[in-house]
Amino acid sequence: MAIEVRIPTILRSYTGGAKVVEGSGDTLSDLLADLDSRHAGLRGRLVTEAGALHRFVNVYVNDEDVRFLGALDAKLSDGDSITILPAVAGGAFGFAAAAAISQHSAAAVRRQSATAVDGDGRRGAVAAL
Amino acid sequence: MARYDSLLDACGGTPLVGLPRLSPTVPEGAPPVRLWAKLEDRNPTGSIKDRAALFMVRAAEEAGRLRTGDTILEPTSGNTGISLAMVAKLRGYRLVCVMPENVSTERVQLLRMYGAEIIFSPAAGGSNQAVATAKQIAAEHPDWVMLYQYGNEANARAHYETTGPELLHDLPTITHFVAGLGTTGTLMGTGRYLREKVDGIQVVAAEPRYGEVVYGLRNIDEGYVPELYDASVLSRRFSVGTRDAVLRTRQLVDVEGIFAGFSTGAILHAALAVAHEAVRDGRRADVAFVVCDGGWKYLSTGAFGGTLADAEDALEGQLWA
Repeated sequence: MAIEVRIPTILRSYTGGAKVVEGSGDTLSDLLADLDSRHAGLRGRLVTEAGALHRFVNVYVNDEDVRFLGALDAKLSDGDSITILPAVAGGAFGFAAAAAISQHSAAAVRRQSATAVDGDGRRGAVAAL
Repeated sequence: MARYDSLLDACGGTPLVGLPRLSPTVPEGAPPVRLWAKLEDRNPTGSIKDRAALFMVRAAEEAGRLRTGDTILEPTSGNTGISLAMVAKLRGYRLVCVMPENVSTERVQLLRMYGAEIIFSPAAGGSNQAVATAKQIAAEHPDWVMLYQYGNEANARAHYETTGPELLHDLPTITHFVAGLGTTGTLMGTGRYLREKVDGIQVVAAEPRYGEVVYGLRNIDEGYVPELYDASVLSRRFSVGTRDAVLRTRQLVDVEGIFAGFSTGAILHAALAVAHEAVRDGRRADVAFVVCDGGWKYLSTGAFGGTLADAEDALEGQLWA
């Protein structure tokens, strides 16, 4: 039995479009190295040059955030299920609001014109936050 | 505890109720493992956000940022908007909410009923357009105040000063606190308080994992972590998918008679996970979790009926927490 890894849409260019790939390794670090040997470049999107998990990437082992299980040193077992997701804050509306607002001080927000804002509609629908 | 001078004074002080039927059964002679629900839907507008809204407005008043008659501007269509609308009404402010024109009619009706003014942004531009519109309006009205719940320390402080002490008072034997992770205010504030008072307390986060559509084109390099978030407050963090959240939401009303929204189902799923681990390890556990709001606002999703697969389909692409 191998370890199943769910790949978010944005990273499927590294897996030939596959939503789920399999890998092996005793730790998350080992697993990512193993995956990178078949899906070159994937590891580089998840791990920084300093060797830490990218701040805006969340990795879950059996639905639990790997940062609380030792991060890249987290122990893995055959049959584990790994999910990789971009970091979001609770809901897309709040998320978009927060992301956009946090990039500017309150004063800057007031000076901003609407056209300066990232209006690419990338961040989805409305949350209940 | 049943008489208050105004609705604002009735904020918080919510009941903590045991869940004898949903709590796991422990073997004969083993220490008890019990689940407790903090009924935040009993707040004035029916959600936990009343606490944060009240504290954020009060903090702005104390800092001299808000004076009677001022206008609060917030790009929100959810529970925070409804809470802010109520607080603004009773404290004498105007609230302007900016939201995409395609939000559910329940939300528009609720916000209007509570007295908020709504400015719609084009549906095609999604939430980003709502934020852009809010910014444009803010630029035209530099005297309007945005409270910004993701970075407002009064949001977390509301829970440090109220939710945390209430839980400890009602459940001195608490071993686990489980809540949803959105702005992170509930977990940061309550978690910090309980860590100071209870040795070995486990602070557990449940975050919603939406359908693929929601994450679809979200770029990893443009991620966002709320300013309030401090990972050192948490012990563990669970990601809960739509199906599990719906399953637990239904179980909660079916088995214990508590009708809650789907974010509560996600939280219950994490609470049950830690409760079952305690049973397995033969440890005593008093697991308190947050019921964020009632299920009323989510009836139109249709996800309370049909099979779990139907519900999952109904919620696909929606942000249910």
